[in-house]
Order: sequence, then structure tokens, then C-alpha cells
Amino acid sequence: MTTARTSEGEELIPVYIMGKCYMVPPSLTIMKAMEWAGYKLIRGVGCRGGFCGACATAYRIQGDPKLYFGLACQTVVQPGMYLAQLPFFPARRASYDIAQLEPTPTTLFSLYPELLRCLGCGTCTKACPQEIDVRAYMAAGMRGDIAKVADLSFDCIMCGLCAARCPAEEAQYNIAILARRLYGRYLAPRSRHLQERLEEIRAGKFDEAIAELKSLSVEELKARYEARDIEPA
Amino acid sequence: MSGYPPEMQESIRRVEATRARRLKETFPAMSMDERDEILHKFHPDYKEETFRAIRVGVSKGQKMPIELADVVEGRPHIDPDFDLSDPIAETDVLVIGGGGAGASAALLAQEHGAKVILVTKLRFGDANTMMAQGGIQAADRPEDSPAIHYLDVMGGGHFTNVPELVEALVMDAPFVIKWLEDLGVMFDKEPDGTMVERHGGGTSRKRMHSARDYSGAEIMRTLRDEVRNREDDIIVIEFSPAVELVLDDEGRVAGAVVMNLETGVYGFIKAKAVVLATGGGGRLHYQGFPTTNHYGATADGVVLAYRVGARLGYLESMQYHPTGAAFPEQIVGLLVTEKVRGLGAQPVNRHGEQFVYPLEPRDVEAAAFIRECVERGNGIVTPTGQVGVWLDSPMIDIIHGPGTIERNLPAMVRQFRRFGIDITKEPILVYPTLHYQNGGVRLKADSSCDVPGLFIAGEVSGGVHGHNRLMGNSLLEITVFGRRAGRSAAEFAHKIKPGKPTLAHLERWNRELEEAGVDTGVVSPILLPDYTRHE
Repeated sequence: MTTARTSEGEELIPVYIMGKCYMVPPSLTIMKAMEWAGYKLIRGVGCRGGFCGACATAYRIQGDPKLYFGLACQTVVQPGMYLAQLPFFPARRASYDIAQLEPTPTTLFSLYPELLRCLGCGTCTKACPQEIDVRAYMAAGMRGDIAKVADLSFDCIMCGLCAARCPAEEAQYNIAILARRLYGRYLAPRSRHLQERLEEIRAGKFDEAIAELKSLSVEELKARYEARDIEPA
Repeated sequence: MSGYPPEMQESIRRVEATRARRLKETFPAMSMDERDEILHKFHPDYKEETFRAIRVGVSKGQKMPIELADVVEGRPHIDPDFDLSDPIAETDVLVIGGGGAGASAALLAQEHGAKVILVTKLRFGDANTMMAQGGIQAADRPEDSPAIHYLDVMGGGHFTNVPELVEALVMDAPFVIKWLEDLGVMFDKEPDGTMVERHGGGTSRKRMHSARDYSGAEIMRTLRDEVRNREDDIIVIEFSPAVELVLDDEGRVAGAVVMNLETGVYGFIKAKAVVLATGGGGRLHYQGFPTTNHYGATADGVVLAYRVGARLGYLESMQYHPTGAAFPEQIVGLLVTEKVRGLGAQPVNRHGEQFVYPLEPRDVEAAAFIRECVERGNGIVTPTGQVGVWLDSPMIDIIHGPGTIERNLPAMVRQFRRFGIDITKEPILVYPTLHYQNGGVRLKADSSCDVPGLFIAGEVSGGVHGHNRLMGNSLLEITVFGRRAGRSAAEFAHKIKPGKPTLAHLERWNRELEEAGVDTGVVSPILLPDYTRHE
């Protein structure tokens, strides 16, 4: 049997896309391997940079009983990978008016009563491609600690793998964004200098300076620009 | 174990050897003349042979990258006699695009009393906004002012920016920060509430607000969440990119034909006003450059607006972000945020020496990287032949204390750790990557354009940034002009009586193509790049 290679001489490896075998170069990410195999992707692809959560993928390796999770755009293929894309998974989302909420210890589970059903099993944490300790923030949520949920969940890309795996049928990432928004609006310390600047702008403090800059010729503007002082780093 | 091969590790040792000395010295910034010279010699925008003038339409003769011109001069998806008599939906304001600009526009249109439909090509939030890492500018510290911000924007843009647009940008900026905060965006702050603000390339004051290095993601997911809370008034339709704008018999935009990306079925959405917020075109890969952009960034909005007669501008300039990942191969072209330099990391060559001021405006910085690699041969070459320079990230923890990188750049740390590279201990290999469309549809300060009923926001527009955008002014632009577009569109929708929808402009377009003998063989907008293998 001859070994299949790319034109650059790279030896191809077998991966199984939804059960069907394709030979692909071993240096590619799952996403690029699927494209190499001929898929023009519509689902399961978004930013291609690990930020949008569109390309959640579950996989097993031949002969290995363990279930693995990753982002297709950030995970390199391995021989014998069995791939399943999870581009969409249904999850409940509460609707709310952020301006009418109060950041009390009961706010999270008043909107998401199922939060209290969390078993603390940690399946979510194992599934998270962002290495977030989902179990820990769910525990903080049960204690009503909004700030802790906001902090621990901050790197969440809302790919939905936690919800897909949860035996208690939670929608962890929706609870997390509620906590972050409550924190950002109500619990984070207010910025006094921002408030002062808004008042200054409303009072017209900068109108004259802007009008003057707008009236300058390009040459005059260049001179101003070159002469401007730079705040030290 | 290092994820870098031995020959690259050798160069890293030279970077380490010079680090202590470099911590005490910074390469001087360039004068305006030096900037000018390096741009002309090394910036991709100055490669004449990669541009051409478009041959049809209201901006005939305007130069743009060949790949973009081919798409702009493309043939429509649908025929002029496409049936508009039975719309699949009707609304006051149709927002095209599900990124930060579109979401902002939808929210403000709703707040001004409009029923809104938002259509988007992929999922809601699959957009460049989501990928923006570094931050958002706003002059809100006592040491700073909107006027200083104005000067920085004009200088960065080579003084070709439209003054009224820059004024809107810098004067709205602090209000936008407040708006985002009220929606629940978690900006980085000191315990007393003072915003943590840093420099970006070309800023004279520290005014970069951030949310760790998920700044864009934090803004996008918050805006998206808020849109979803207003489901009674805002309907979101995913996987449905617009393929053509529809006019009424009085020449006003009256909706759009969208395509269900999964079934291929076209449908007309009738609207009294349209907001175009489709983003840029990095996935056209000008000059073969890799890109930081999301999968759907194919310049659709420029195509759509141009066919209904909106003038274009500034498209002869594209932004190449100086620090795209150059290693490992799997993530080549992806963004390494400018915040890495904002925090103190210096660019150095293979000998471990500085060769440029770390925070020049992006076009200048990118040109300096290209010069260092191409002309001076001081780049580092990877096993796959990709060239790059080092970004000395470990300096950050030395300057600001251990843990700073983990705390401020979690996305970057994770990105590289996935490939066995620890950026707290090893530098990052970078090279310029296609990042941003400086130009686009000519914008007015109220977010309108040449065509009545059409409002524009975000990267699809041109004029705010002149010929080069500064870091942190894109997240600002999408919110400032997204909000303005939403409000203007709602107000427009309230006062007009729509006429009869028509695609007569496509007949004129097709005729003009024929008369000019133009056939680029492209059906546009192209909607998605094709990365499938053709061997």
C-alpha cells in the first residue's frame, strides 16, 4: 500500500468527518482540514480566530474511549479523529430589561431558576474549549455572587458546549452573560472622570477648540500635529 | 518544551540577550518625512500594479485593489425582473449586518420607535467586532480632550479624513463609553472606578479603554444580548445575507433582497429605511495577504451601495496590521493585538535589535516590519518559509510585574499556548496582515450617504479614518455611527411614504457593464471565500 501525500510531500492522515473517512494533511486545523477535504463551510465557521464560538467540535480518537472538545479553528487534526460539529445547540435564554434589574444575590436564579439544579458534576468544565472553570462560576451563581461569576466567566465565547453536555439542562453561558452585564452596569465602580467629561462636552467646553481645528489648513494642522506633546507611556 | 523549532530558538536567545539593555531604551519615533518615505517604499498600498481603476458607476475611475474592483464590477445574483410583489417580511428599518455597527443601529432605531429586522450572513455576532482585542478610544481623562483626539485621528489618517466625521467620532466617544457601560460592558478599571487606559499606535494621550483582550467580544456579546432582549421590536434573521438593495420609484432605498445561505432561496424584505453595516473585505486577500478578518468579510456592502449609486472613497488604502501571527503556521495572519505593544513589548529583528518605534501609526509600523524583512534581510524565517520579526512580549511582565500578561492578554496567552508557545516567556513572531478597509461608501455625519433612505455605519463606510485608521477607533466608529445610523434611519422611516419597489437600477447596471465591455466573471457580492481544495 502506498502512502498518500500532499504535493509538498506531507503524509496524509485519516480523519472522520461525521463518520466518513477523509485523508488530510496532519498540520491543518480541523476547520482547514474540512475545507481541504472539499467542504465549503456555512455552519460551524465564523471568525476563524478563536473568538466567536461558531466552530465548537466534539471528537473522539480511534481506540480512545474519552470524548474531547475543541474549536475547529484552533485545534490541529490527529490521526483517527472522529469529528462532530456542534454549530448550534438550543439553550434557554431569559429575556429581561437590564435597567429594571437589581444586582441582588437572588437575581440570577430568579431569571434562571434552573441554576439551582446544577449538580456540580463538572462536565461543563471538561467541555469548555476556553478552559473556563464553568462549575466554579455556576457554584458562585448559586451563592448569588454575581461579581465572581462575571470574573470567572469573562473569557466565555458562548459556543454552547457546556450547555450541550450538561446533565442538569443548564444554559450556563446565558447565566454568565447576565452576571457580567449586571456587574458592568451596577457593581463595577463608577468612573468619575468619565462623568465629568460628559458634563464638560454637554456644556460646550470643547466646541471652540474643535471648530478651530476644523478651520485649519492641512499645513497648519500638520504643524500642530508635529508639535503635539506625547504623554509618557 | 518550546513550540518553536531549534533554529528559531537560537534567535530567541539573542532577543533574550539584548532584553535588559532594551528595557532602558526605546527606538526613536519617525518624523513626518521619514514616515512618508517608508510608506512609499514599503507599504502595500503603494504597489501600483496591484490596483486598478473601476470602469463603471458613479465613482468611475477610482482606484482600488484589483480583487476588490473585480467584485465591485461584478454581475448581480438576481435579474432585474425578480418578483418584488410578495415580500417575505416588512419593517420600518432593515439593518444589514450583525456586527457591532448593525447591533448598535438596531438598538437605536428601536429606541426611536422603529420596528427593526436585522439580517446577517452568518450568526448574529460573527463579525470583526467580535475579534477586536485591543480596545476603544475615548478622550475622557482630564489630561486629554476631544480636540487632542481629533488631532491624533487626523494625523494618523494623513489629514485626508472628513473633518465633520472626525468631530462626530471624538465628541460622541465618551458618551458611547457611558452607553456601553450602562448596557453592562465590563471595562478594565482601577478599584476607585478610574478607567485603565493605555496608548495605541499614533495616540498622544492614553485613551485606549479595554476589557482585558476581549474588548470587541465583550462589546459584541453585550450588544447582541441587548438586541435579543428587545425581540418584540427587533427580529434577527441569521444566515441571510443581502444580495441586492431595492429602490422605490422615487430613488429611495426600499429594502433588500436577501438569500437564505442554506437553501439558496432569495426573498425581498421591504423596509422604509436601510442601514448598511456589512463590514470590510479582508477575505478578498488583497495581494495574497492573510487576514485577521472573519469568514464573511467579503466587501458586500461596497458592492450593494455602489449599485444603487452611492459614491465610494478612500478604497485605495487598506490597513495592514503590523502584528499578524507569523508562527505557528495554523494561525498565520491572525491578530496579535496592538495592546501587546501598548503594554511595552518592542518589535526586534533576528539579532535581537530594535529597528522601529513600537507605536508608530499602523501603516508606518507595518512598512517598517516589511523593510526589516525584505530590504534588510533581518527577519526570522519559519520552517514553512514565512518571514517575521519578534514581538518581545516577556518584557511586559518585567515592566509591569509578573502576571500582567496573563491578566491583560488572556486571549493571546491561550491562542499561543494551544500551540505550545508561552508568550509570557517567549517572544511572538509577527508580520503584517490584512486588517481593515480604511475606505468604503462615502459617509455623512448623520450616517446618511448619497442615496436617500440608505444609512451607513462601520467598516463599510469611508471618510472617518482618512487613509489610515488608528487602533481603538474602529470599535468607536461602529458604536458612534451605528447609533447615528439607527436613529437617522428610524427618523427617515417615520416621515416617508414609500413608493413602488423596483430593481430598475440593475437593468441600468447590466447595460453599463455591457457598454463598457466589463465582464470580470464574478457574481457579487461573493458572500464567502472559497477555501476548498481544487487539485
